[in-house]
Amino acid sequence: MGKVLLLQGNQACAEGAIAAGVTFFAGYPITPSTEIAEIMAKRLPEVGGKFIQMEDEIAGIGAIIGASLTGKKVLTATSGPGFSLKQEFIGYATIAEVPIVIANVQRVGPSTGQPTSPAQGDMMQARWGTHGDHPVIALTPASVPECFTLTIKAYELSEKYRMPVLLMLDEIIGHMREKIEVPDYDTIAKPVRKGPRVAPSEFKAYQPDSDGVPPMADFGTGYRYHVTGLVHDETGFPNGSPAATESLIKRLHDKVDRHIDEITMYEEYNLDDAEIAIVTYGGTARSAYAAIDMAREQGIKVGMFRLISVWPFPEKEIAKLAEKVKVIVVPELNYGQMVGEVKKAVEGKVPVKPMSKYDSEPISPKELLEFVKNL
Amino acid sequence: MAIKTIGKHCKGCGVCVTFCPKQVLGLDALGKITVLDETKCITCKQCEMRCPDYAIFVEKK
Amino acid sequence: MEKLIEKYYRPRLPHIWCPGCGNGIVTSSIVKAIDKLGLDQDKTVIVSGIGCSSRASGYLDFDTVHSLHGRALPVATGIKLADPELNVIVITGDGDGTAIGGNHFIHTARRNINLTVILFNNNIYGMTGGQFSPLTPTASKATTAPYGTLERAFDIAELAKAAGATYVARGTAFQSKMLVDVIAEGISHDGFSLVEAVTQCPIYFGRQNKKGDASAMLKTQRDNAVTVEAAKKMTPEQLEGKFTIGVLHKSEAPEYTKQYQGVIDRAQKGAK
Repeated sequence: MGKVLLLQGNQACAEGAIAAGVTFFAGYPITPSTEIAEIMAKRLPEVGGKFIQMEDEIAGIGAIIGASLTGKKVLTATSGPGFSLKQEFIGYATIAEVPIVIANVQRVGPSTGQPTSPAQGDMMQARWGTHGDHPVIALTPASVPECFTLTIKAYELSEKYRMPVLLMLDEIIGHMREKIEVPDYDTIAKPVRKGPRVAPSEFKAYQPDSDGVPPMADFGTGYRYHVTGLVHDETGFPNGSPAATESLIKRLHDKVDRHIDEITMYEEYNLDDAEIAIVTYGGTARSAYAAIDMAREQGIKVGMFRLISVWPFPEKEIAKLAEKVKVIVVPELNYGQMVGEVKKAVEGKVPVKPMSKYDSEPISPKELLEFVKNL
Repeated sequence: MAIKTIGKHCKGCGVCVTFCPKQVLGLDALGKITVLDETKCITCKQCEMRCPDYAIFVEKK
Repeated sequence: MEKLIEKYYRPRLPHIWCPGCGNGIVTSSIVKAIDKLGLDQDKTVIVSGIGCSSRASGYLDFDTVHSLHGRALPVATGIKLADPELNVIVITGDGDGTAIGGNHFIHTARRNINLTVILFNNNIYGMTGGQFSPLTPTASKATTAPYGTLERAFDIAELAKAAGATYVARGTAFQSKMLVDVIAEGISHDGFSLVEAVTQCPIYFGRQNKKGDASAMLKTQRDNAVTVEAAKKMTPEQLEGKFTIGVLHKSEAPEYTKQYQGVIDRAQKGAK
């Protein structure tokens, strides 16, 4: 028996994590994500899990990496300034292939910016925030129920591909309250981590299977392996040779590139006959649904391509979209971030119009409708 | 007793030579540990204890 | 020692440390302490940061993490809290542990979580070639202090004590038998324990500061280290330029992971 609840996006994210089997949270208070930490502080011990408030944002992500090495599913949550601080450990979890999930409830930046106002200004930081070449998986929920389901999805992806997964909420979604039907958590399949299938003596900690992902042993189970942020070979020990470097960087990317169709998630809304496509994500998509409905009433053929997985970017799908429509509009709460990716994928086939808003207010359906009408 | 040296590990810092109370040890032309006179060894194991490179071990026979 | 190397070291020797560097001695002291206590090798985790000493984790045959610069303690905290059954030992250096990792250091001490930190103090950043650290003595030369350092050094043992560490000890690479003992006691201690291991960096600290070779620096440790017991009988004048070794502080306080189990018990009973 599930239940129907009225939840905030941040609450749904925390509950989704618990439903997915998360038993460890470490973090640091920061607006507008703090509710996630507060809920985990209360809920985790109830289910036998652990919560710890760390001394800073960096320690928060460091602690979940440690906990993940013992086989636990883990979460940390943050917002802009904290997301900046977490970048070095995001890189570490990427190269050391430690599954972790980070929720970033976006607020206005740069710096302290506007802590209580929504933005979608961390999309490029999500992609390129940590140094070096690395793949990224980032998901953007656009509703409270989706906060719940995408959080569970984040664990499926993170555990399967042994990498960090970013949940890119924004303040609109994080603080919005909506009805959500929550199933019994027992009925939700818990994402599983692939463990070693050989004896410890045969185990090479970073030897990948055919899917490019090495099985991962839990600390304390006798496999006794080394985890490092240095470039390493399949033994897990540092190896600075050009061949080992190229092979590792390539494999990290291949894990995502080779499974891109499985990872890519999007929603098409009224696109069948659309002449105008709105490409957007997260909180801004909420206004797009309403704007499209209003436009349709006025006979304007407009639809939406909603990015659910923003990274990896659905390049193929956007390229296809460009063959169907006459113009693409990209509304987002920033100075223009994902619009650049859309332009890249569209390759000049149709005009791509940014609709950037960076005054700390959401884009209203009416504003978007006006923009579409004035194209 | 037997003194075992591992040339591959030795970096020639000379700590073992300094702290050997009986001048049993020296460095060879390549600067690596060498046993000069094993008969003088009193098995105090100062060398083994102080070698930072795990390059010398003393066993009682 | 040869048997201990076979049992506890990975077949990756020789190590990367410079000739005469004391890190090999401190590392073997940790191994001897682990062996002395008979810790289960499969249930012991070593976490390090970044720097010369932090490379030790890669040589030791346990579950090991070579984490980020300054960040060993958060990772270790996550491991220990997630699985309190594991023995968690942290290897860090003076730069790693007290500069970039300084905030983590005081807060981990304050939390009194059952971790043992072995802080290799060689008074310098070795990996990057000889820059001053928070434990470099005032007026020392360093590549970033060619005219001598202006800053005062931390007494890391006093800092740990003030921050709430419940076991604090100091040893040296020269007095390595005592170092083994204080490390073993630190590991057995139920709470946050710090062991400062004074060690020599003849290449990047010694050369710039005319401290002589490794042997000379070991002799300096011998001459300047005074046991806690002996120090009690010495006058301030006699103690000038000396430092104390042994168990510097020991106290009792609730251990974090045990306390957290209490939180779980209360939460599961529906109480607050």
